[in-house]
Amino acid sequence: MRKLVLAISMLAFAGSAASADPLQDRQALMKERGKIAAGLSKVVKGETPYEAASVLTALQALQANAEKFDAEALFPAGSDKGDTTAAPKIWQDMAGFKETHDNYLTDVKAAVAAAPADVDALKTQFGTIGKDCGTCHQTYRIKKG
Amino acid sequence: MRLLKKLVGAALVLGGVGAVAGWFLSAPVGLDAETLAQLGPGDAARGKRIFSAGGCTSCHAKPGSKGDARLELAGGLELKTPFGTFVPPNISQDAKDGIGAWTVEDLANAMLKGVSPAGEHFYPAFPYTSYAHMKPADIADLYAFLKTLPAVAGKAPGHKLGFPFNIRRGIGLWKRLYLSSEPVIAFPDGTPDPVTAGRYLVEGPGHCGECHTPRAFTGGTKKSEWLAGAAATEGKGIVPNITPGEGGLSDWSQADIANYLETGFTPDFDTVGGAMVDVQRNMAELAADDRAAIAAYLKAIPPHPNGYPAREKPAS
Repeated sequence: MRKLVLAISMLAFAGSAASADPLQDRQALMKERGKIAAGLSKVVKGETPYEAASVLTALQALQANAEKFDAEALFPAGSDKGDTTAAPKIWQDMAGFKETHDNYLTDVKAAVAAAPADVDALKTQFGTIGKDCGTCHQTYRIKKG
Repeated sequence: MRLLKKLVGAALVLGGVGAVAGWFLSAPVGLDAETLAQLGPGDAARGKRIFSAGGCTSCHAKPGSKGDARLELAGGLELKTPFGTFVPPNISQDAKDGIGAWTVEDLANAMLKGVSPAGEHFYPAFPYTSYAHMKPADIADLYAFLKTLPAVAGKAPGHKLGFPFNIRRGIGLWKRLYLSSEPVIAFPDGTPDPVTAGRYLVEGPGHCGECHTPRAFTGGTKKSEWLAGAAATEGKGIVPNITPGEGGLSDWSQADIANYLETGFTPDFDTVGGAMVDVQRNMAELAADDRAAIAAYLKAIPPHPNGYPAREKPAS
């Protein structure tokens, strides 16, 4: 049992280290995005105290992550197959998909530029960003079990 | 030969009796006077809460509309299901194309009994099997709120259904199996308020079970797998298990559920997706107590394993 767990975790590690596979690349990028958002959310919810410098660092990390998102490279034709939750709609409407992500990037950049001065300011910006996440997942992602 | 004649005769008589019985059993039945008397005057401010909880805009807003335009309830979305394509109608205040001419009793009969003002059955794609659990006073409040919304001209196209689903009268028999105002989940006496308040919102106006519960071949929800998740009726993918069972919300705290309904973020920082995006945005409009009640109910219901088949891991 232990060996199996070890083998699986090694496989998972090997997977994350590989980079020729667009499915793994885009999933890693989204995972990283979720982690940064998680940290910010803790501040919004008051679980971590507000600290201007670390909030700004997190927002900058979110921007760097968003700028790495190259829709054409991460979602090439044919990458709708396999273990993916990407919706067929991405390839039917690549322009709309890109535009939706651009809106997200714009809102993240605006948050970085504004450098929220307190938790309330962050709350508003984080709310806008969170809504962008939902808007994209509404149309361009399919839930799988 | 004589035997055959007799048999044919008996079959005809039986068939006739069956047809007559079927006709009576399938008749649309409206609300009784006692229930209608409970409607009361209605209050638009309270009705807004019911409107949000019910997520009426998800199906009845003009497809693709955003912001305030979502309050123009012109219908026209296409719901492609295994039974055919259902098109939610115009429920704006337009007297001709919408429901502007309806009385509050008409709305109550539609939502609690699935019966139109003309005395016909509605298809249960309009989730009256859930709304049947609602209090008449809440219907009156909703009616008052709908009155504040704009009239939009233009009828939505009709449903596109094949035989036998195009026979409306048959729904009367289906209702005998699936239309009930009794709570789906019975809790013992002394169950705390938030749980029962959450039950009302989830089983009634919220109609969560319509997507989150697997359906039998008849199209009715399987109450024995209540909220266990299901293959999406529309399109691909699944609708998740929201019971405390394995694959469901066992790892989520009550606060996690309430926070998800408010912000759209899951505890592991994925976000809401698909049709749930609109639902979550409506839930965010509710009071915090309502979201907490929904969370309390979801933690109190019987756990079930996933109501959909395991994900196929494609060979890579």
